[in-house]
Amino acid sequence: MPIDILMPALSPTMEEGTLSKWLKKEGDKVTSGDVIAEIETDKATMEVEAVDEGVIGKLLIEAGTENVKVNTKIAVLLAEGESADAISADAPKPQAPKAEAPVAAEEAKPAAAASVPAQPKVEVTSDPDIPAGTEMVTMTVREALRDAMAEEMRRDGDVFVMGEEVAEYQGAYKITQGLLQEFGPRRVVDTPITEHGFAGVGVGAAMAGLKPIVEFMTFNFAMQAIDQIINSAAKTLYMSGGQMGAPIVFRGPNGAAARVGAQHSQDFSSWYSQIPGLKVVMPYTAADAKGLLKAAIRDPNPVVFLENEILYGQHFEVPKLDDFVLPIGKARIHKKGTDATIVSFGIGMTYAVKAVEELTKEGIDVELIDLRTIRPMDLPTVIESVKKTGRLVTVEEGYPQNSVGTEIATRVMQQAFDYLDAPVLTVAGKDVPMPYAANLEKLALPNVGEVVQAVKTVCYK
Amino acid sequence: MAPTKTASVSGRKSAAKSANRTATKTTSKEFTGKNTPEFGKEQDLHAYREMLLIRRFEEKAGQLYGMGFIGGFCHLYIGQEAVVIGMQMAQQEGDQVITAYRDHGHMLATGMTARGVMAELTGRQGGYSRGKGGSMHMFSKEKHFYGGHGIVGAQVSLGTGLAFANSYRGNDSVSVAYFGDGAANQGQVYESFNMAALWKLPIVYIVENNRYAMGTSTARATAQSNYSLRGSGFGIPGIQVDGMDVRAVKAAADEALEHCRSGKGPIILEMLTYRYRGHSMSDPAKYRSKDEVQKMRSEHDPIEQVRLRLIENGWASEDELKAIDKDIRDVVTDSADFAQNDPEPDASELYTDILL
Repeated sequence: MPIDILMPALSPTMEEGTLSKWLKKEGDKVTSGDVIAEIETDKATMEVEAVDEGVIGKLLIEAGTENVKVNTKIAVLLAEGESADAISADAPKPQAPKAEAPVAAEEAKPAAAASVPAQPKVEVTSDPDIPAGTEMVTMTVREALRDAMAEEMRRDGDVFVMGEEVAEYQGAYKITQGLLQEFGPRRVVDTPITEHGFAGVGVGAAMAGLKPIVEFMTFNFAMQAIDQIINSAAKTLYMSGGQMGAPIVFRGPNGAAARVGAQHSQDFSSWYSQIPGLKVVMPYTAADAKGLLKAAIRDPNPVVFLENEILYGQHFEVPKLDDFVLPIGKARIHKKGTDATIVSFGIGMTYAVKAVEELTKEGIDVELIDLRTIRPMDLPTVIESVKKTGRLVTVEEGYPQNSVGTEIATRVMQQAFDYLDAPVLTVAGKDVPMPYAANLEKLALPNVGEVVQAVKTVCYK
Repeated sequence: MAPTKTASVSGRKSAAKSANRTATKTTSKEFTGKNTPEFGKEQDLHAYREMLLIRRFEEKAGQLYGMGFIGGFCHLYIGQEAVVIGMQMAQQEGDQVITAYRDHGHMLATGMTARGVMAELTGRQGGYSRGKGGSMHMFSKEKHFYGGHGIVGAQVSLGTGLAFANSYRGNDSVSVAYFGDGAANQGQVYESFNMAALWKLPIVYIVENNRYAMGTSTARATAQSNYSLRGSGFGIPGIQVDGMDVRAVKAAADEALEHCRSGKGPIILEMLTYRYRGHSMSDPAKYRSKDEVQKMRSEHDPIEQVRLRLIENGWASEDELKAIDKDIRDVVTDSADFAQNDPEPDASELYTDILL
């Protein structure tokens, strides 16, 4: 049967082109790979190669013809032994792309018919009940994080920790203290200073089924590795049609420490929170740090776990339980209240907690929500609270534009507009690189006074 | 220091010594074709079939692209077939393969089906990623194929991670990580070399040197264009291989895989190869002469070399080869039919496989 040679599309956007030159004439024998014609696209002159073997039976479009639509029949190829009589007397009219072609399918449908399926709702379980009489142990966030890793490494031989100074040095911030002694150098792996490389090694190991905990000395350095976190870790499950993903935790201190200047003081929560395929956790208390890190290590998805250097040394009560695991994606009501809602997370909570104390003294009863997980975001808990209080303030240390707070404000406006009695206010870091001078650094960060004032403003007080 | 002097760096020296029986180790970029062991009949027939499948598949993919069935970017492997087939012939079950975006040949070589790959190219539900990955992003857990990566160089660190997992588990699998002469200038490649050498990870780094990183020739992009020397600063041995000769590739692969399996750490194979087509479908390849392409095609074609051997040795008649050609065309045509008629993924797939 004669084979039609069609005008090819030779770029992602080409719709038509000029058939500038034939390099074969009727009667010529061609084999796969032979250049048969040259066509001009909008960008370049391209060669058209034969795919099949045969003899050129007929050239249907004259050399020099402009605006030849893609998929127009331009020549007919005869197989061995076929005669030119086999060619039907079709006029060389443009041939529509096959109905199966996505392009054609799209054109055929009215625009309104392309309905986007609803995003599936994810049900997140509540925190486990702490049995009455459970002993509460006071410990630092640092110890809680270490215990979480140690417990999970005891539980699962596929879990290992890698990063700079995690083993011999016992952790740049002593989060991995004692792990080398217990688990040995096979599972507590000191890396060279090579964030981009070891993040990729971690993701590759995760794709092979291991469960790495990759420690970044700080998340500022993870910017070198962000391609591996986003393009490799977050997207592989989707791009592989569910065949393989990356069960990995990227953790380390995030945000401003103290007096370390612009390059070492940045909050990445809103950056990572934009990426489908990632979970982003940012705990405040030691109990949450422990329960959520254990959950992150067990999670089959990539989790970005944002800690804070200033919180490392703070003490909190942690329930003494054999296996204390908290749900990722669930906010925690830190204090119940009726007059206004504050939503915060991570170190932002330190400002919020103090502001709530001051506001209580002034007779304003605030409900304080610790978001704990930035993605997936527990918006229902926030909205439930707003329905009750009608007023909302968000608090975080990150830059103000496209912050987590602005995202919350947008979604509350869209989903709970009728319940709001005042515009949502966002308290964030200032829109400047972090200055070094002590006075300027203080000004660049949010403060308790700003939070108090914001709550008063939304309460019209 | 003159570039050639780096050849005497210790790691390189020892490996080159052991490698020169089977692979060319000259610093010249000419394909000498010397020191290549002969293939037997079965090996040559196997290599012929497998390479021809890639060639015909890619030609068909180019055609479907021209017809609008394949969208976006489409990077064809035509000309480089001997590299993946020679490697695959030396690998054992469990060895992992990872590469960049010129990946169709690698997938077919690992045994992934023509139908599944072609249907992914057309974005259909029967594709390996159910139409959600496309030409550059395909995977097969079953065949130990880890992608299919669109970011130049990223697969080198990921492949090093696969090797890390082998080492962690204490199994004897080797990770085979492919990258191009262009990716060889990315920083994370050297970060990975360092860790792989430091931890003696079982990984074969394969530089597919096809002379052009998109439109930039190696001469214009690289200070040391002998890529087999690129690991010398880390003590990683390297071998330059005639990547157009499937026998030379197989021989180098045998040595490299044995090197890794015996616990000696990583090794680099620089495959001197050539892509006949442009970088992607929309590349007119004006940065090189037609003569250059024609010379490679007529004098070094990896498939033609095997075909001539089969005929000369009396291992296959023209008719038998024609029968093989027909079988392969049938497989490819079937894959193209399937890929054109298989439905697009259901709209509900939009929100699946984002999180487990």
